[in-house]
Amino acid sequence: MSTANIDLMDEMGHDDHDHHEQGFLSKYIFSTDHKTIAKQFLISGIIWAIIGGLLSVVFRLQLGFPDMDMAWLRPILGEWINIDAATGMGKLDTEFYLALVTMHGTIMVFFVLTAGLSGTFSNFLIPLQIGARDMASGFMNMLSYWFFFASSAIMFISFFISTGPASGSWVIYPPLSALPQSMSGAGLGMTLWLVAMALFIVSTLLGGINYIATVINLRTDGMSFTKLPLTIWAFFLTAIIGLLSFPVLLSAALLLILDRSFGTSFFLSEIYIGGEALPNMGGSPILFQHLFWFLGHPEVYIVLLPSLGITSEIIATNSRKPIFGYKAMIGSMMGIAILSFVVWAHHMFVTGMNPFAGSIFMLLTLIIAVPSAIKAFNYITTLWKGNIIFTPAMMFSIGLVSFFISGGVTGIFLGNAALDIQLHDTYFVTAHFHLVMGSAAFFGMIAGVYHWFPKMFGRMMNRKLGYIHFWTSFIGIYLIFFPMHYIGIAGFPRRYYSFTNFDAFSTFTDLNAFISIAAIATFAAQLIFVFNFFYSIFKGRRATKNPWNSTTLEWTTPIEPGHGNWPGAIPKVYRWPYDLSKPGAKEDFIMQDVPYAETPESNLPHEQELAGLEDKGDNTIKVD
Amino acid sequence: MVTELHIKEVPQKQLGINPKKFILWLFMVSIVMVFAALTSGFIVRQAEGNWIIYELPSQLWISTVILVVSSLTAHWALKSAQKSNSLQTKLGLWVTFGLGLVFLSTQVWVWEILVQHDVYLVGNPGGSFLYVLMGVHAFHLISGLIYLMIMLVKSYRANEVSEIQFQLSLSTTYWHFLGGLWIYLYVFLIIYH
Ligand code: HEM
Ligand SMILES: [Cu+2]
Repeated sequence: MSTANIDLMDEMGHDDHDHHEQGFLSKYIFSTDHKTIAKQFLISGIIWAIIGGLLSVVFRLQLGFPDMDMAWLRPILGEWINIDAATGMGKLDTEFYLALVTMHGTIMVFFVLTAGLSGTFSNFLIPLQIGARDMASGFMNMLSYWFFFASSAIMFISFFISTGPASGSWVIYPPLSALPQSMSGAGLGMTLWLVAMALFIVSTLLGGINYIATVINLRTDGMSFTKLPLTIWAFFLTAIIGLLSFPVLLSAALLLILDRSFGTSFFLSEIYIGGEALPNMGGSPILFQHLFWFLGHPEVYIVLLPSLGITSEIIATNSRKPIFGYKAMIGSMMGIAILSFVVWAHHMFVTGMNPFAGSIFMLLTLIIAVPSAIKAFNYITTLWKGNIIFTPAMMFSIGLVSFFISGGVTGIFLGNAALDIQLHDTYFVTAHFHLVMGSAAFFGMIAGVYHWFPKMFGRMMNRKLGYIHFWTSFIGIYLIFFPMHYIGIAGFPRRYYSFTNFDAFSTFTDLNAFISIAAIATFAAQLIFVFNFFYSIFKGRRATKNPWNSTTLEWTTPIEPGHGNWPGAIPKVYRWPYDLSKPGAKEDFIMQDVPYAETPESNLPHEQELAGLEDKGDNTIKVD
Repeated sequence: MVTELHIKEVPQKQLGINPKKFILWLFMVSIVMVFAALTSGFIVRQAEGNWIIYELPSQLWISTVILVVSSLTAHWALKSAQKSNSLQTKLGLWVTFGLGLVFLSTQVWVWEILVQHDVYLVGNPGGSFLYVLMGVHAFHLISGLIYLMIMLVKSYRANEVSEIQFQLSLSTTYWHFLGGLWIYLYVFLIIYH
C-alpha cells in the first residue's frame, strides 16, 4: 500500500494532477495529505484540551472550595457526586477525584501536547518547510491519525463505565495500577487506559518514523541540514526521542498487563489486600518506575521541543533578526535530546535508591539545565535590539520563554537529591512542570496556531482577540502556578483529595481558593481562542501569501496549497532560513529560495563567491 | 537583455536513501528499543536478588540453528529473484516460511520443557522474563511470517520475479533482523539466565 504512495508522490510532480477530484471521504476523513492530517490532529487536540481543562476545573473546585455543594454537577457527573442523605449536599466522590487528576494528566501530556502538538505541526510544517510534496508515507501518516483516534475513543469511553476511568495518576505506578481490586479506577478503567495508550504509542511511532524518514530523505535540492529551519530540527529530534523512548513504555505496559491479567509478578511482591496475602512474590515496583521514567523524562522534552522550535521561528521572524546562535540552538537541542535519556532517575530520588546513584543523576540533571539555559539566552539575545513586531504569535512565544525560565529555575531545586526529599510529590513539583512543560509547551502550540493559521486555512485569526487571549492566559497562568510553589514548599502533597483534614494546611485555604478562581478564569479565557479559531476558519480576514514576511518555504506555496503543495516545480533552496534584516538587502527578509546571484547588494564575501559574483572588474554581470 | 551569469551556485541534491527502506530501519530501531527495555529490566530486576536459577533448555540451540538456516534461505530467495529465477525464489520463500514455522514450534516445545522443569510464566520473574522475551520475539516473528506470505503472494502475481526484488530485499532485511534479534536474546540469556 505504501507503494501506491510513493508512486503518487512521483505523479504529483505533473501539473495535471490537480484536477482529478477526490471524494469527501478521501479528502477530509481518510486523507493521506499531510495538511489535512495535521488539521485533524489539531482539532482533535483542541477538543481534548477542552475536556482536559474541564476536568481540572472540577478538581480545582474541590481543592479550592472543599465545603462547596456540588449537587449541581450531578446532571453531568451523575453517581460521581455523592449526595449526603442528611444535608442534601453533593460531594465529589473521592476515588473519582483521583480519576480526574489521572485523566487530566494523561490527556494533557499525551493527547494534547504530544499528539496535538507534534501531530499538528510536524505533519503540517515538515513537508512545507523542507520542500516536499508530502510525507514519506502518506498511508502510514493516515494510520497514525486513526490509531490516535481509536486510542482517543477508548480513553473517552472509559469515562462512561461504572467503575470510572483509570485513577492511578498519569504515571500509573504499580501496585495501585497492577491490582484491579485495589481501587475502583484500577479495574476496567485501567485496562482501557492501557489499551488506549498502546494504540497511542503505535500512533506516535508511525508518525515519528514518518517524520524522521521525511526529513532525511525528502528535502528539496539545496536544503542541507545546516539550512533547515529550527522548527524542523526540533520536530526531527523530537521524533527521534519518541522513537527511542515510546517502545520502552510499551514494554512496561506489556509487563503491567501481564501482571494485571495473567498473574505474573513483574511489579508485585508480598502484598496484602483486605488482610489477605496475594500470591505474587518477587516483583519490583521500582522496576516499573525505571521503565516508566525512561520514557517519562524524554516525554517531557517530546512535549517541549516542538514548541521551542516553533518559538525559534516566530521570534526570529518577528524580531526581524536572524536567530541568535543557530548552530548553538541545534547543538543544545541535540544535547537535550541525548541528555534526556540519562536523567530519568531524578523522578525517583526518594525511592530508596543508592545515594551514590542519586548524586550521579543529580549531576546529569543539572547538566541538562545548561543546554536549556543556552536556548533561553538565545531567545533573549534574538529579541535584543530587534524590530519587534508584537503579533499574537510573538506574544505567546515570548510568554513561552518566560515560563520556560521561571519553571526551569525550580527544576534546579528539584534536581538536588537532598532538596527533593522535602519537595518530592508536593505542589512544588506540580508548579514546576506546569510552568516549564505544561504552560510553555501550550504557549508554543498556541503561538504556532496563530502564526501558521493563514497557511492552514487561508485566513487570518483576529488580532484583538489574540491579544486578550494572551494577556488573560499569561497573567492567569502565573496567578495559578506561582502560589502553588508556596503550598508545595509548605509540604502539601499532590493528589490529595482534601487538605482541610490536616490542621497544618488549613492556613492555605484562601490561597487554594485563589488558585482555583484563577484557574477557572484562565480556562474561560481559552474559550476566546476556541471561538477565534473556529470563527476565523470561516469568517477570518483573507490571508496574503506571506503575511509575516517570513523566509521559509511554506510561504512560497499558494495561499491555500493543494495536494502536492506547489503547483509547479518544488523551489530549490540557496540560503539559510534566517536572512532577516540583512545589511544592504532591498527588503528586510530574503526567502530561502532566492539565489545569492539575485542579491549581489547584500551578499557577504563568501556568498558573493558562491554566486560567482565576485568582482572581476568587468561588467559581465547583468541581471534582468 | 543579455544576462551573463557564471553561477556556481547549484543547489545540491540532498542525500536520499529510499524512504521505504529507511522506514523499515526505523521500525526495526523501535523494536530494538522494546527489547532493550525488556533485557535491561531483566538485569535490573535480577540484581535485586530473589531470582530463580534454572538450566536454559538446550533445545534453544536447535531453534537458533533453524533460524540461522532460514536466514540463508531467505538470502538465497532474494539472490534468485535478482537473477530472475522465479522457481528458486518461490522455493526459497517457501522454505524460509516453513523454517519460520518450525522455529515457532521449537519455541513452544521449549516452553513445554520449561514447564516440566517447574519454570512457569506465573511465578518468580526469573521465569516470567524468559517467557516474555521469547513470546515477544515470537510475536514479531509471526509478523515476519505474514510479511513473507505477502511476498509469496506477490511472487506468484508478478510476471517476473525480478520486479519484486526491491520489496523482497526489504522483507529479507526484516527477516535477517529477526534472526539477529534472536541471536542477541539467546546470547543474552546464556550470559544472564
Ligand atoms: C532545568 C531543567 C530541569 C530540571 C533540573 C528538572 C528537574 C526535575 C526534577 C528533579 C523533577 C522531579 C521532582 C519530583 O518528582 O520530586 C522534575 C519533575 C518534572 N519535570 Fe522537570 N526539570 C527540568 C526541566 C523540565 C522541563 C523542560 C520539563 C518539560 C518540558 C520538565 C517536566 C517535568 C515534569 C512533567 C515533572 C513531573 C512529573 C510527575 O511527577 O508527574 N522539567 N523535574
Ligand atoms: Cu524529568
